Amino acid sequence: MNLGQAVLEALESLNSNKLRSGLTILGIVIGVAAVIAMLAVGEGAQQTITGAISGVGTNLLFVFSGNFQEEVRNPQPLTLADVDALRDQFQAPSVANVAPVINGQVRVSYSGEQATTTVNGVTPDYAVVRNYNVTEGEFINDEHLLGQASVALLGPEVAQKLFGRKDGVVGETVRIEGQPFRVIGLLESKGGGAFGSQDDVVMIPFTTAKSRVLRRTRDRVDVIFVQALDAEYVDEATDEISQILRSRHRIMLGPDDFTVFSQEDFVQTARTITGVFTIFLGGIAGISLLVGGIGIMNIMLVSVTERTREIGLRKALGARKRDILIQFLTESSLLSMLGGIIGIGFGWLISFAVGRIAAANNTPFTPSVGMNAILLATLFATAVGLFFGIYPANRAANLEPVEALRYE
Amino acid sequence: MDNDVVIRTEGITKTFRMGEVEVHALCGVSFMIQRGEILSIMGPSGSGKSTLMNILGCLDRPTSGEYYLDGNLVSNMGDDELAEVRNRKVGFIFQSFNLLSRASALSNVELPLRYAGIREGRRERAIESLKAVGLADRIYHRPTELSGGQQQRVAIARALINNPAIILADEPTGNLDSKSGKEIMEILLSLNRERGTTVIIVTHDPTIAAQTQRVIRLRDGLLENGA
Ligand SMILES: Nc1ncnc2c1ncn2[C@@H]1O[C@H](COP(=O)(O)OP(=O)(O)OP(=O)(O)O)[C@@H](O)[C@H]1O
Ligand SMILES: [Mg+2]
Repeated sequence: MNLGQAVLEALESLNSNKLRSGLTILGIVIGVAAVIAMLAVGEGAQQTITGAISGVGTNLLFVFSGNFQEEVRNPQPLTLADVDALRDQFQAPSVANVAPVINGQVRVSYSGEQATTTVNGVTPDYAVVRNYNVTEGEFINDEHLLGQASVALLGPEVAQKLFGRKDGVVGETVRIEGQPFRVIGLLESKGGGAFGSQDDVVMIPFTTAKSRVLRRTRDRVDVIFVQALDAEYVDEATDEISQILRSRHRIMLGPDDFTVFSQEDFVQTARTITGVFTIFLGGIAGISLLVGGIGIMNIMLVSVTERTREIGLRKALGARKRDILIQFLTESSLLSMLGGIIGIGFGWLISFAVGRIAAANNTPFTPSVGMNAILLATLFATAVGLFFGIYPANRAANLEPVEALRYE
Repeated sequence: MDNDVVIRTEGITKTFRMGEVEVHALCGVSFMIQRGEILSIMGPSGSGKSTLMNILGCLDRPTSGEYYLDGNLVSNMGDDELAEVRNRKVGFIFQSFNLLSRASALSNVELPLRYAGIREGRRERAIESLKAVGLADRIYHRPTELSGGQQQRVAIARALINNPAIILADEPTGNLDSKSGKEIMEILLSLNRERGTTVIIVTHDPTIAAQTQRVIRLRDGLLENGA
């Protein structure tokens, strides 16, 4: 018997017991749909997170105090002197721009409306380094910095909370921790990012923040943003920064007491995390596929028992072991393949729905059903059908013709 | 070896073991059947008729003894070889018809050709075979849509399709009324007469046995009258 024939016969046989075949297929459908949806959600999460990080600019480096990988005793804080050292064109030729930031949570109010938000004390370079634009007004300039001016830029979300609108707020006066600040500009919307909403933010001059709002002792800096000359200079810039800071912090041996993070590091970290997350979800979904497979085995065993006489007859008419084996394996793999195909459709629908729900909740998140996920699911489903079909099929093939024909 | 001998058995025994108890269904049966013969096997219930038929049809192996079918020693063939012998040399007709209930008469008759690996002209040969048993107008009927006699005729068409050396019928009329039984016997007799097919019929009915050329009688696993 050739394969086409076997498939036709198997379809006929599955068709003759529609409800049972349908329920068996359902087990696989659920398993495959779950795998597809989970992989799609994982993949979508990965794309969203890495996309958000990449959106920050690929030649950007972040410098933090402390070491996230190794234990360091008494890490020295980053200071303005460190910032100045990084600006040195001779020691750090790959560095284009340096922007120190101090930040903290503050209460902002405007005629009765109140909001808690992040305040960033920044320098004019910050706009360049982080690629910030204003939709109205202007950014903080050197005069504001020198004069410790009481001026502020509002993120669109903060403006919305305080004023109920996202324009025409320049010239108003808001209170930050009770102190009056004149609004000089409105930041353009950047949407949600890897570190929470980038629109829920207030920016004030670095010096003002240091002395009056966040009150940092000495010249402490929370984060230093460094822009490398180009994306290709990121590695050099990282080395230069490390060298400068090590010598300034007097570290001869042992680990750094600071951390330089590049865009790439963030992307890698996010990839690893979402990758583990995807495998975990996919694994759980895989278990339901396994359960579906056991369902197939169960039904095939019932079917073999029910059709014992038929098997005996086929053998009497000249069917070899191999023919019977192929017949039952074809049935079980058809069951799982059909389940796989329908499951892919359902999984796609589920991930589409998840995407819609995310969109409705203002999370730009698109689950993506990859070709590899489809291939994987189809292969896995068919393999499940084959694997769980082998035992029942073997049982059928090894029946003795006489015994099988006598079976009632 | 005589070319006109289609079946030769030498001291065939069959012992079934059921736990501690051994059942000797056949205790040394030797006989010959000429090509083109039509004969019946009779004997009381439990005398080993079906056991013998199963061995003759290569559905079962004898416990000891030799069995030559069409000049070949089949008693120690492997599973696949036996399957091929069943497919090409033997046509079975069962008391309970044993048709696939989901399939049409046509597909039922075609089935042995499929297992023979034949791809071309299966349909035509199946129709031909159904015509030979007078069912040309029922080829798309399913077994449930046919009378018992018609079902048995489908089974005969199926047994014929590969032009087997022998046709084995174990109580072919046992489930039928006398009229259909007669029709079935007519077909078997004319098959033997017109095509020269060797036909072996197990029966309890003396009038059927009387229509065959020879009767083999079994009792307690032994032949009563020699071969
Ligand atoms: N699979 C088996 N296991 C155990 N004993 C068996 C088996 N098959 C047949 N026998 C025994 O072998 C003996 C012969 O059985 P067989 O079926 O050949 O009888 P029979 O002549 O065909 O009877 P009937 O006319 O009732 O069909 C019986 O005693 C039966 O119980
Ligand atoms: Mg019997």
